[in-house]
Amino acid sequence: MKKRIFLWIAVSVFIAGAVSLLASEHPDGYEKAGEQLGFIDRATSYLHSPFPDYVIPGVDSWVSSSLAGIIGVALTFVIFLLLGKLAGKRR
Amino acid sequence: MHIPDGILSPTILAAGAAVSVVVLAKSVQESKKNLEQTAVPIMGVMAAFIFAAQMVNFPLLGAAASGHLIGGALAAYLFGFWPTTLIMTTVVTIQAVVFQDGGISVLGVNILNMAIIAPLAASVVYKLLRNSKVPVSIIVFIGGWVSVVVTATVAALQLGASHVVSYQLALQTLILWHAIIGVGEGLITGAVVPFARRSSFFLGGREERVR
Repeated sequence: MKKRIFLWIAVSVFIAGAVSLLASEHPDGYEKAGEQLGFIDRATSYLHSPFPDYVIPGVDSWVSSSLAGIIGVALTFVIFLLLGKLAGKRR
Repeated sequence: MHIPDGILSPTILAAGAAVSVVVLAKSVQESKKNLEQTAVPIMGVMAAFIFAAQMVNFPLLGAAASGHLIGGALAAYLFGFWPTTLIMTTVVTIQAVVFQDGGISVLGVNILNMAIIAPLAASVVYKLLRNSKVPVSIIVFIGGWVSVVVTATVAALQLGASHVVSYQLALQTLILWHAIIGVGEGLITGAVVPFARRSSFFLGGREERVR
């Protein structure tokens, strides 16, 4: 099972770190509807995140979003492990 | 589908957060009873995979718009509804806090939509088709499509209830775009499920689990 988990993490890192660079820059369905209906202008942000819009501030070029994606994958995995430990059955 | 700050009314934000808290409390209760520790790393991997897949916006041909996977239907097929709410909540929360994707004040609503409604809609499809002769690939395609369209419908109702735009316009526009995006969700879900099955990424490792 360890091997399979490693494989899936590797695939996820590849998707977040490389494939994501090819992602469409167009607005998603919700934003697009918001443009058409005019409500997306009200959008704002109450929180300043460390990596807004999946880029690392101060780092230029594709490296920035690639790294941000990889950090996100690692963070998601680790945080879920902690959460699962707390929320799962006691051994 | 990540709703930013500043759009929905405070009432809807509070109502969405309240519903999410109640459902997630129930999810935690369920996992304390049923979630084996051995399943946690597998679910963690799927959470990481869904995070990655959500980054890849696919273009909608001929339109200046894109869509991306939600992943609720994928996780719901593999793990069932309750564990999926925990997986999706982890993803949606990290996106809001670390990447400013989805407003922090909308977190409760975004969890409700993507971590609860989406897998719930897919789970209903799986339940209805469980004993049918429909092939798994078609079932998960339908589950994926339905999950996106139902989530878009709920998101439109939230806009209407917030008096941002009329119910009719919100429903029409959001459902139209997401009926197209849902095809992508269905195709990706259908493509990933066989690989996940091959890796025995089922809760408890039981085959043919559809619930």
